[in-house]
Amino acid sequence: MDHTRETEEEALLNDIASMLAAFEKERANLIPILQMIQERHHYLSASALQMVAKHLGVSGCEVYGVATFYNQFRFYPPGKHRIRVCLGTACHLRGGDIILENFERKLGIKEAETTADREFSIDRVACVGCCALAPVAIIDDTVHGHMAPSKVEGLILGFEIEKQREKRGKQHGESKQ
Amino acid sequence: MNQNSKEKLNGVFASIKAEADRRFKQMKGDDRHNIFIGMATCGLASGAMEVRAAFEEALSETKVNAHIIPVGCLGHCYAEPLVIVDKPGSPPILYHDMTPGKARLLVKAFLEEGDPVFEHVLGAMEENDTIPSVLEFPRFSRENKIVMANSGVIDPEDVYQYIERGGYWALVKALTLAPEEIIEEILESGLRGRGGAGFLTGLKWRLVRDAREEDKIIICNADEGDPGAYMDRALLESNPHQVIEGIAIAAYAVGARRAIIYVRAEYPLAVKMIKNAIDQSKEIGLLGKGILGTNFDLDISVFQGSGAFVCGEETALIQSIQGKRGMPQPRPPYPSQRGLWGKPTVVNNVKSMASIPPIIEHGARWFRGIGTAKTPGTAIFSVVGNILHAGLVEIPMGVTLRVLIFDICGGIPDKKKFKAVQIGGPSGGCLPETFLDTQVDFDSLTEAGAMMGSGGMVVMDEDACMVDVARYFLDFTQKESCGKCTFCRIGTKHLLDILERITRGEGREGDIELLEDLSLDIREGSLCGLGKTAPNPVLTTVKYFRDEYEAHVREKRCPSMMCRALIAYYIDLEACARGCDACVGSCPTESIFTTEDRKKAIDQTSCVRCGECMTSCPPEYNAVRKVSPPALAPKIERPREG
Repeated sequence: MDHTRETEEEALLNDIASMLAAFEKERANLIPILQMIQERHHYLSASALQMVAKHLGVSGCEVYGVATFYNQFRFYPPGKHRIRVCLGTACHLRGGDIILENFERKLGIKEAETTADREFSIDRVACVGCCALAPVAIIDDTVHGHMAPSKVEGLILGFEIEKQREKRGKQHGESKQ
Repeated sequence: MNQNSKEKLNGVFASIKAEADRRFKQMKGDDRHNIFIGMATCGLASGAMEVRAAFEEALSETKVNAHIIPVGCLGHCYAEPLVIVDKPGSPPILYHDMTPGKARLLVKAFLEEGDPVFEHVLGAMEENDTIPSVLEFPRFSRENKIVMANSGVIDPEDVYQYIERGGYWALVKALTLAPEEIIEEILESGLRGRGGAGFLTGLKWRLVRDAREEDKIIICNADEGDPGAYMDRALLESNPHQVIEGIAIAAYAVGARRAIIYVRAEYPLAVKMIKNAIDQSKEIGLLGKGILGTNFDLDISVFQGSGAFVCGEETALIQSIQGKRGMPQPRPPYPSQRGLWGKPTVVNNVKSMASIPPIIEHGARWFRGIGTAKTPGTAIFSVVGNILHAGLVEIPMGVTLRVLIFDICGGIPDKKKFKAVQIGGPSGGCLPETFLDTQVDFDSLTEAGAMMGSGGMVVMDEDACMVDVARYFLDFTQKESCGKCTFCRIGTKHLLDILERITRGEGREGDIELLEDLSLDIREGSLCGLGKTAPNPVLTTVKYFRDEYEAHVREKRCPSMMCRALIAYYIDLEACARGCDACVGSCPTESIFTTEDRKKAIDQTSCVRCGECMTSCPPEYNAVRKVSPPALAPKIERPREG
């Protein structure tokens, strides 16, 4: 497992190195660079931040300072399925925190964390602009409006069933061969 | 830069307009049906994609000549997904709450057989003899759409649709005027910055125009970070060209050749739409080098913000574009003197920019005729929360809150009582019922203790706890404080700590006074608007709902039964039906057990007070009760296992 993570990190850094070349060594490019890395790899690893600092000729802590200032950036790999619970004003009034709590309890992780098997991660978002559907949760790219604790259970169960089906399909495929 | 010859400009634009008209004629062709589907973020969230797929599938099986046109947001979020069907020989009809099933039905019944299926119709989009028009509803008729006039009716990805409806005409007109004349017109119109502060837009422009530095910059601020406000997003997604046209006029007026649109990265669709719109305008010569054959050049780029509420503040926003942490800077120097890269910079909100083309087109006097004397024009609010017809509403300034909430937006659902309206997001305040006759404009709202802000409006019914609402907003501002000023950084943390302990039932005597004192200090001791206004939610709730604070502190009771540490659910054994299991499955923590006489009870030690049992209890029994303080719930022991 550790071995695969290492090669994964290596591939990631190689990719970033090749992408960095396109950016001029200007301080103003710092945020666009961080956005580019996050878009391609969904998080900013410590070594990636170091690499950016070197490219722009600023200190690592400066890059880290800017990156952590903004909410958009994350510093750990997200899960395969990204759960984002909206805690905007309208969602809060309609119990968004209860929805968040249910996801946390069900998956055994807190917000801004990823499950050990990297299947799920939970984040809170300030507002996704669908206030009329509150409370809202976004799983991967699907917005689920009018959430309820019982829906949380159902959604997670849905993913688990799908995963098992996939597994079975794979085994089936292999045994056929 | 001198003004340009009218004839020459009109000539260049005429060919673009002719192309737009040609395309429109083709679209309105004799037997062609058009299906407009609202596909902005809120529409998509409600299932517009599935509706579109259903239409496509159904259309592929029919001989009717019909085309699907994706459009933006009409602002009627409560009724999404919305679809307008324009059938030749019938007025365009608006359908609400669309589903794939309704889509298939419409193709068959309406497009093929001519029956408009009245039960799903919201109304016709124009007055006619057969179908009631949407203008019969106050939610439509009381609005006065200037900024959002074309939102939801044109394809945001097609520049020609905007041009066909009169778009870019104001730019042509502006280019024939001297820059000074444009600034004079905008000043005369009395347009005040729609970002929240309400500074005169024309004055800002003049300051930048008069600055000695040659190189000037325009920034369009679309960093809409206020939770609960989404009109900037809707506008960029629905009609990006009106914003671009406004920016172009501003650039011409102040003499800028560069403009930057600062959009939140959380709005991927808005980013996509505005980028696409910039490319399209460039392609047909409305942006770029030598616009419409004149010597006016303008390059617009998009910068994606990375999610920091404070970046809505202009100096912080500028820092962020320069690759730094978004921390506000002391003013003066104002951005109009020394802004981005030290150049004189105009920073205007998206709505201000979008207000420019109509003003140039119809004139300052026309604009002054809308709204109030001190604040002409319209206001866009996103009215959300406990409200029937939630969504975006564009109304003339000066309409009262009562009219907006009750007449236009339909009031509070479920026969509940109005308690408060929170205006202006985390910087705003909560106004109680006695303020319902306040007019919506910059000055009246500020006077009442709230703020126009970016136009977020959250309506709360009797079930909302005002202490918790204040805690919620402080939690937000505390996280978003950039950390520069001590009072904001540490003061908001203390405010939050106090509010948290009050909502947990650990409030102490003197806490309320401490909240007030600290709030005033934070207001005094902070540099930027975020810190200065952060205590507003606390100050207004303490002022207008002090009794609720007192109940929390003294009686450890939440009168609205919202603070979860101060409530308990229990099952009324008299009402509970023997043998019914409805609540058991709904409980996420398995806290519901069966009593000795086969009724249900809640284990208070493991209950998380989510309220699911109350929702799931069948209405004929209605046996779940909610009480505050929690000690009021009767104690029922779980029977021993075995």
